[in-house]
This record gives sequence, structure tokens and C-alpha cells, in this order.
Amino acid sequence: MNLERSLIAFHNVSYIYPAGEKPVMEGLNLAINAGTITAVLGPNGAGKTTLLHLALGWLHPSPGQVELYGEPLKNFSRRELGKWIGLVPQSENTPFEYSLLEYVLLGRTPYLAPLAMPEEPDVAIAAEKLDEVGLKGLHSRTMTSISGGERQLVLIARALTQQPKILLLDEPTSHLDLSNKGRLVQLLRQLQARGVTIIFTTHEPDVASALATHMVLMRKGEILKTGTSSEVMTGENLSALYNMPIQVKKLDGKHVVIWDEKVN
Amino acid sequence: MFWLVVFLIAVVVFSIFLGRYPKPGLITISQMQDDLLAQRLVLNLRIPRVLTAMLLGASLAAAGGVFQMLFSNPLVDPGFLGVSQGASFGASLCIVFLGGSLWAIEGMAAFFACLALALSYFLARRVKYGGWVLRLVLAGIAVSALFSSGVGLLKYMADPLSQLQAITFWLLGGLSSITWKQFLFILPVVVVSLAVIFGMRWRLNLLSLNDETAFSLGIAPGRERLILLIVAVVATAAVTAVAGLVGWIGLIMPHIARRLFGADTRYMVPGSMLCGAAFAILCDDLARTLLSGEIPLGIITALLGATIFIYLMIRQKIPVRK
Repeated sequence: MNLERSLIAFHNVSYIYPAGEKPVMEGLNLAINAGTITAVLGPNGAGKTTLLHLALGWLHPSPGQVELYGEPLKNFSRRELGKWIGLVPQSENTPFEYSLLEYVLLGRTPYLAPLAMPEEPDVAIAAEKLDEVGLKGLHSRTMTSISGGERQLVLIARALTQQPKILLLDEPTSHLDLSNKGRLVQLLRQLQARGVTIIFTTHEPDVASALATHMVLMRKGEILKTGTSSEVMTGENLSALYNMPIQVKKLDGKHVVIWDEKVN
Repeated sequence: MFWLVVFLIAVVVFSIFLGRYPKPGLITISQMQDDLLAQRLVLNLRIPRVLTAMLLGASLAAAGGVFQMLFSNPLVDPGFLGVSQGASFGASLCIVFLGGSLWAIEGMAAFFACLALALSYFLARRVKYGGWVLRLVLAGIAVSALFSSGVGLLKYMADPLSQLQAITFWLLGGLSSITWKQFLFILPVVVVSLAVIFGMRWRLNLLSLNDETAFSLGIAPGRERLILLIVAVVATAAVTAVAGLVGWIGLIMPHIARRLFGADTRYMVPGSMLCGAAFAILCDDLARTLLSGEIPLGIITALLGATIFIYLMIRQKIPVRK
């Protein structure tokens, strides 16, 4: 793995939360190449979300360094980072009755000067992204009246409105039904084809293997295994990751995950 | 929005002519020309009073809108972090121990409002559990309770014939003692605060989101929240210092603005300011004309505000997070 050529590189990254006693991450090294889709898998509390927040530049490693094209993240301004990297949080509720279009328009902020307001072209981009995630015709519905799955699609549309080169998604499929999952997989593949690099966390190995080119298996703040999906997606690796018997079978060229409820 | 501005101007003009001198109702131009007392009344009392009511309403409504966004909670108003109770305590303390000089009351009310905010803030930082908003809410409740017990004690100690009345009138809120002096005292502070809130109104949208999400959209959530919090409290403290406690405007007006213009703070913020200004002027009109004596403004705003609130609640227009 060539760290210098990577889009995002973690060099010996440790992180301890301000109120925490022991580090959630220690000496982690990872390289993500441009144009890949990386799935981050691991049990609850493995540090997956922390990994995304470090890649976002929101959390600062101590010690260690996260680099974007070989340049430490902290050398970028917030607005520059906002144009580079979009975040789709796991869930987000607003108590205010924003229309979907108003909400998605917030994604244009990195392109606006501090006191500037979005203009026509910004609204056009926001509308286009809403259509792209499949919410055509719902632009004036309110955030408080849509379903959890639709809300997740809105969050993705907002991140796309940032026109980022890197998209970070925290469990993007957790509120989606099967057809919306399918739509999301398709959408993310199209983004990849347009050169967007994608990193997402998930608890669903089947979604990971359907979508990802690369996988990172995390456990207790450490990387258990990383590589291309076909290398990593084995029963042995997943069993070790989740500490339970898991088999991975190939069926029609797809990985099928079979698990046993007996925890080791 | 344009029509709301027109409406506000109409309300201002109407209110300047409205009063109980020489008889209840509108004063006419010819009466003004003939009657020197009427001229003085309008120029020295009514105009500054109406303009102060305008600043009061606009500040409380804008601060309420800011608080609701910063805490991502539509049921919050500027009294939330102990600001109102702190101001009451300062004013009462001043009335009991330092005499009722207006400037001293104003200074003490503003000082204790800011102190209450600072106390809530540092207490919230020391709380060891819960999210930031929950900790601020808890700290705000505790600090409010401390200051309101202080107010209770001061009322008990106050001379019932003079000081107690002064405290009670202040706690109920009113604009009866406003002259140009008070208006000019709060004008610069209020104008600067409102200008900052107005200027940052687009970013206010983002400050209702989680910190990391706001960060991912290119803003500095911590710093920008602090700026808006400070200007909202300063504006509230300034108008509270001259008008006493006037409740409900900060809670209700942002909701009405959202009904009219949507949740986007680009429109909600100026909408709140305009609605709040018009509402405060109209409430003050009622306060000074309804009876031959003055009704405390805080009673009128509470009566009308609570009525509107009940209406909105029944119509389910205030979405509450489950």
C-alpha cells in the first residue's frame, strides 16, 4: 500500500475522547485510494464513527496525522474541507418544518461567503440532487412529515449538494427498506463512476459486499483486516470480527452471509 | 415580507396618534396644532414609547428565534438560561438596596442577566452527563431557580409601601416610564445585536444541526453559536432593563414567522423581528389605552401570547421532538 499516493491516509492515528479514559483508537494506519468505495465494518463501539469524524477533520488525532493528498487535514480551511468532503450522519432530526428543498440547500454553505445567501444556481443544484436521490416531486414536503428512509435520502442529497470529492456515510442503509437500499447502492455506484471516493460504515455485510471495492474490518479501535472486498469477505474474517460463527457463500457471483445465533 | 414592513409602519403611525389624551381614541392633527400639551405628549412620550416597544418586540422575537435554533428546540425562549430571572434579581436588588434610580436598575439588570448566562454556561460545562443541550437546560433551570428565590427573598425584605410596588411593576413589565433617554440608551446595543443576528441568519440554519454536521458544511459551530448566543442575550438584557420582564414574545413570534415564511432562518429571522415589533407595539397600545390606569405590558403579552400558544398547540403547529 503506497501511503504517499493515497487520497486519504491515516498515519499512526490515535484518538482519545476528552472525557474518555482510554483511547478509542491507537496507532491506526490506513490508506484510501481515489475512486474506491470502502466499507468499514465492525461491532458496536469499534470506532467506526470516530474513523469517519477523523477523516472529516472534525476530530483531530493525538498523536498521529490524517492527510488529504499528502497534506495534513488541519492545513485546510473549514470551507475548503466542506467542498472536499461531505458527511451523511447516521440520523438527524429537525423539529422545524423545513421543506426538503430548503434543507438540502444547506449543503451549498461551503460555497458561500460568510454572510452571503444562496442564489438561483444553488437552488437549482439542490433541486437536481433531490431528484437524483429519488425524491422528485417531494421538494416542498416538510422534514417533519417524511419517513425515516426518506430523511436518510434527504441527508444524502444534502451532502451531494456540497459536490464533494469524498463522501462519508455513517450507516447509510440503517433506515432503508430493501428497495431504497437497492436505490442507494445504485446511486453510490454512479457517484463512484463520476470519480467520487466513498467511505461508509455499515452493520450489513451483504450491503458492504454488494457495493464496496475495499473493506476495513475494525474491532476495538484497531484494524483487524483491510483489503479488497473479495480478499476480506471470508467467513473466517467475519467470524473473527463479530466473534460468532459466520459463513460466507458465493451465489450467482454474490456473497451471501449466513450466521449462527450462538455467540462464541 | 414587504407587506409586513408596511403593516409595521402603519402600526407605528397609528399607535403614535392613539391614546387617552385629550380623550380616548386617536388624536387629530388640528388638536396637535392647537394644544401645546398634546404636542409635547406625542413628541416626548408617545413617539419614544412606541419606538421602544418596537425595539423590545423585535429584540425579544429575534433572540427567541436564535435560542430556538441554537438549542434545536422550538419551545425555548430568551428566559431559558436564567437570563430573565437574573435580570429580575438585579433589578430587585437595586430597588431594595441602591434606590430606584433608573440607570442603576438598568445596569444591574443587564449585569445579572449576563452573570446568570455565564453561570448557566459554566454549570453546564461541569455537569458530567447528558448532551450539551440537556446540560444547558438543566443548568438554566437551576440558575433560574436560584435567582428567583433571590427575588422572593428581596420582595420579602422590601418596604411594602414603596419598594415592593416598584419591584412588582418591574417584574410585570411595562413601558410607562420610557422617554427619549431610555430609548437612546438601548438603541445602539439593540441595533448592533439585531444587525449581527440579521447578518448571520443563513448560518443560523446550520447551527441547529449536530456540531459535526455543521462542521462538515464548512462552518465553525462552537464559535458562531457563542457569538449569536451573546448578542441574543445582550439584546434581551438591554430591552429587559428598560421595560422589565415581558414574556411570551420570544417564544411565540418565531412560530408565527415560521407559519408565514417557512422554517428557513433567512426569512424566519426578519419575519420574527417584524412580527415581534408590531405585536409589542399593539400590546403596549392596549396596555396604555384599555383602562384609565396603565396595565402592565407583561400581563397583556402573557394573555395574548398564551392564547396564541394554545391555539397553535391545538392546531398542532408546534412540532415537538418525541
